[in-house]
This record gives sequence, structure tokens and C-alpha cells, in this order.
Amino acid sequence: MQSIPLEHGLILAAMLFAIGLVGVLTRRNVVFVLMCLEIMLNACGLAFVVASARWGHADGQIMFLMILTLAAAEVAVGLGLIIQMYRKFHTVDLNVLTQMKG
Amino acid sequence: MILLFYLAASVALISTVAVILQSNVVHALLYLILSLLAVAVIFYTLGAPFAAMLEAIVYAGAIMVLFLFVIMMLNLGKRSLEQEKSWLEKRIWIGPVIMATALVVQLINVANQQQSSVSGVEVGVREVGLALFGPYVLAVEIASVLLLAGLVGAYHLAKK
Repeated sequence: MQSIPLEHGLILAAMLFAIGLVGVLTRRNVVFVLMCLEIMLNACGLAFVVASARWGHADGQIMFLMILTLAAAEVAVGLGLIIQMYRKFHTVDLNVLTQMKG
Repeated sequence: MILLFYLAASVALISTVAVILQSNVVHALLYLILSLLAVAVIFYTLGAPFAAMLEAIVYAGAIMVLFLFVIMMLNLGKRSLEQEKSWLEKRIWIGPVIMATALVVQLINVANQQQSSVSGVEVGVREVGLALFGPYVLAVEIASVLLLAGLVGAYHLAKK
């Protein structure tokens, strides 16, 4: 019985990661940057699950669960920071964040 | 099943490209939810139904909805749509696309050196549960501490 080649899954994860990377580098809206970070995290999780499916054990899915937990906590804190930034600067432009203080 | 993998992979790729090209934040979020659901289908075709359920419920169902809530709370308005369009010029894509293409070419190069294929074994909820309560029980506890830290941090950071 033929099956999905491993390299196709890894190539898909690499392409999704690169698309997220381009999004982080080009967008100026902070919310977009956070979204593209989520794309990158999802691509890494995909790579882990593909690897776990190749060996036939559960470790990759557990790592995916940990990545998901990390992404949830990071999104919560990141969105809290975005709310603070919007309250202070009244814009979501990245370029206003030029100083370390305040 | 294999056809479903390639179909879901193409949907995920197209909708992810659509995410980074949008000017409207809510449209981009909806495309991202579509991409996450396509990746959940990919997980199912790989024989990882637990990861598929987690992706659909937690990632697309909770994290993206949290994004949507914050967007709606910020209430950016129509002015931000024109602003967003003006920020997206054509020439800013050149550098990142070149660099990302170089990265992807290297990764494809490395990945093509593998000669194996996905085993058709389905690693279901039972195996994952046994592993979570067995060797990885410490990871579960640490994940719960991480979520507690995220909760306290998000509450404190979003306070007036």
C-alpha cells in the first residue's frame, strides 16, 4: 500500500513557515505580525506531527500539544501588549515602537 | 486518503498566501482559520486524529477567536483599511521573498534526502493519552504552569 512520502509533509511545513516569515517581515500592522507568527508556529507543529506519523508513535503529537499551549499563552500575552500599545499610541503601526521606555 | 492530503495541502498553502496579502485584518483572520482547518485535515490523513481535533478546537476555535475578539475590541475603523492598503507597497515584498525563497530551497534540498514515507499506522487518542500520563506527565504539569503564567500576564498587561 503506497503512502504519503515524508518529504512532502516536511516541504509543506517549510513552505508554510516561509510564508509566515515573509508576512512577519513585510507587514506593518502589529496584529498581522502576530498572525504570521502563529502561521510559523503552526508550520513547526505540522513538521512534528509529520515526523511522528513516520515513526508511528505519539511523541510528535505530544510536542504539538506543547506547541499549542505555548502559542495560546503567547497570543494571550501578545494581544494584551497590543491593547496597551493601542491605548498609548492610538495606532497599531509597528514603527511607533522605537523607544524602550514607555 | 493520499489525494485528500494533497488537496488539503494546496488549500492550506493558498489560504496562507491569502492571509499575508490581505488589507482587511478580519479577512486575513478568516483565511487563517481556513488554513488551520486545512492543516487539521492533513493531520487526520497522516493518522493523527488527536492532533487534528486539537488543531481544530484549540487553535482555530480558541486562539483565532481570541484574535477576533481583540480586533473587535480595538475597533480600528475604516480609516485603518486605507492605511493598511497604503502600507502594502509592491517593493517591500522583494527582499523578504528572496530571503524566504532561499530558505525554502535549502529546506526542500534537505527534505528530499529522506527516502521514507509516512507509516499508515493511526496513532489515536489512546496512545497519546497513555504517553501523556506516562513519560510526559511532567510536560503536562509544566504546560499548566505556563498557561497560569500566561493568564496572569495577560490580565495584568491588559488592565488600565
